[in-house]
Amino acid sequence: MSISRRDFLKIAGLSSLGIGFSATDLLWKDRAEAVEYMSSPKGLTAKRWAMIVDLKKFKTEEDYRRVIDACHRIHNVPDFGNPKDEVKWIWTDTFEHAFPFQKNEYLPEGIQEKKALLFCNHCDNPPCVRVCPTKATFKRKDGIVAQDYHRCIGCRFCMAACPFGSRSFNWRDPRPFIKEMNPEFPTRTKGVVEKCNFCVERLAKGLGPKCAEVSNGGLIFGDLADPDSEVRKILKTHYTIRRKAELGTRPSVFYIIGGDEDA
Amino acid sequence: MLEKALTGSRRYWGWIFFLLAVIGVGFIFYLRQFAYGLGITGMSRDVSWGLYIGQFTFLVGVAASAVMLVIPYYLHDFKKFGKIVILGEFLAVSAVTMCMLFIFVDMGQPIRIMNVVLHPTPNSIMFWDAMVLNGYLFLNIVIGWTTLGADRKGVAPPSWVKPLIYLSIPWAVSIHTVTAFLYAGLPGRPFWLSAIMAARFLASAFAAGPALLIILALIVRKLTKFDPGKEPIQALGKIVTYAMVANVFFLLLEVFTAFYSQIPGHMHSFEYLYAGLDGHGKLVPLMWTSAVLAVVALILLINPGTRRKESLLVVACAAVFVSLWIDKGFGLIVGGFVPNPFERVTEYWPTMPETMITIAVWAIGLLVLTVLYKVAVSVREAQLESGTDSTH
Repeated sequence: MSISRRDFLKIAGLSSLGIGFSATDLLWKDRAEAVEYMSSPKGLTAKRWAMIVDLKKFKTEEDYRRVIDACHRIHNVPDFGNPKDEVKWIWTDTFEHAFPFQKNEYLPEGIQEKKALLFCNHCDNPPCVRVCPTKATFKRKDGIVAQDYHRCIGCRFCMAACPFGSRSFNWRDPRPFIKEMNPEFPTRTKGVVEKCNFCVERLAKGLGPKCAEVSNGGLIFGDLADPDSEVRKILKTHYTIRRKAELGTRPSVFYIIGGDEDA
Repeated sequence: MLEKALTGSRRYWGWIFFLLAVIGVGFIFYLRQFAYGLGITGMSRDVSWGLYIGQFTFLVGVAASAVMLVIPYYLHDFKKFGKIVILGEFLAVSAVTMCMLFIFVDMGQPIRIMNVVLHPTPNSIMFWDAMVLNGYLFLNIVIGWTTLGADRKGVAPPSWVKPLIYLSIPWAVSIHTVTAFLYAGLPGRPFWLSAIMAARFLASAFAAGPALLIILALIVRKLTKFDPGKEPIQALGKIVTYAMVANVFFLLLEVFTAFYSQIPGHMHSFEYLYAGLDGHGKLVPLMWTSAVLAVVALILLINPGTRRKESLLVVACAAVFVSLWIDKGFGLIVGGFVPNPFERVTEYWPTMPETMITIAVWAIGLLVLTVLYKVAVSVREAQLESGTDSTH
């Protein structure tokens, strides 16, 4: 195929214009913000997404397992089978370890050993975002603390900064350890940090987080900034606690520990 | 001047090739780490920084300590440091080089390191640390090289260096303050969450750095015709003494706050380091070694009779250096991660590849130091032969 002189000049002219524009872009415009998903018109939006964990609804081992497995499966979270390489987005620990500042040896029976579901708190004042030297982790306008796996340099400052142990690092290539690959969600490379993303990829499609979907009402997701939202209604009528709230990170995940059966 | 590093005795070249061999072995291990990932080290989800970041932290201190020669010489006109201030500046160059390499080998995605510059983030202390470390490296190379070059010609250094020298003083303080801020501003790590962290860092730096410098000066005297002199070494000995006293004092302040307040989170890391926690105590022997060495060093340093004896002073300096290396290059970092945010204990110990990479970075630092000291010593030796000595 040959191109005429005229076509060539047209292409050359347009390309140089393009280069010129990208250069001015670089110099004059704000630097590209890290983004993960562009929201579609169907997408769910909020001012500040939040989650309520109603621990009363988690009765059997299976109740926890279903939630954890669903999350890890759709997000291609690897299973290394050893604690040293471990990567996890959502998991459990007993009350006294989940809420170490709430030590109380006289708690009602069963609470001390009760398992709490743990995941990223999507703090309103997130220390991980504050310390990240590349803005690879950032807070979105809807309050979600997100992570750009392609910008992360793997310095792990965010892991030192997170008071909740919510972040995992890919100490080695995770791909061979993903049981069944979900092609809809990116896999990660070795050397980057990852964590729960409140299912931003599903919110963009108009769906709520997967964990809440399969939790049989144990996890309630909604907009904390909207006084009429379900989460606000529950918060108004139930006593809830947050993990290490005294540290001032303002977690967006609330826990109902005991009380009335129905939330 | 660099050509002076290209001629040397058999011993000199033997040492250079030995270092190159160590670097070569470490590089092979680094290639393995590069291919496999940081899982090759002993670090984990719970203890996510280890030996590399510990070495970085310790060496920032060694680098900052050059200021302990610069202040007396340039601000107080303490002439006796005239001939050895260059040894401090070149030590700083070598130490900062190692700092940068330790950060580099600790990166999960080292090829993306320029993201720190491409997406500058002033709210991250890591960004400021990168800035001040690069600046400090630049300052010390320029100052050291220019003043030594002027010395060689027997002329006064050009006037534009003076402002840089004065700038290097607060800059040295800044590199270690910023490094302390990496740790001291994190909400969930009570062991590091201490206002005295930067002061403690500086105190330990001004003890460990000059202690190393005394040892290096004595090696230079033994191996070359250049004698750094008895008095400068004694003056440095006093600096090490005061700084080490301050460092131990600051550490005891931390212990008081933790244990008198009885706040569990503040006590746990100390308990883990010095007594063991929940049956885990891998670091206990190491931390007590550090404590005992600190006491031995203080006895030898505070007592003027022992401090004035060079043979004992060097023992004290070695004790200071090893004690602080354990305390800051290892215990301080690992202790901050134990127990984890769930008050569970996960222990850490470096692996063989991790150790080899660490040793190789030290070897690179020693290589830089050897070459720079060779140049400096050659200039001093030439001055002795020709009888031109601009510094006296």
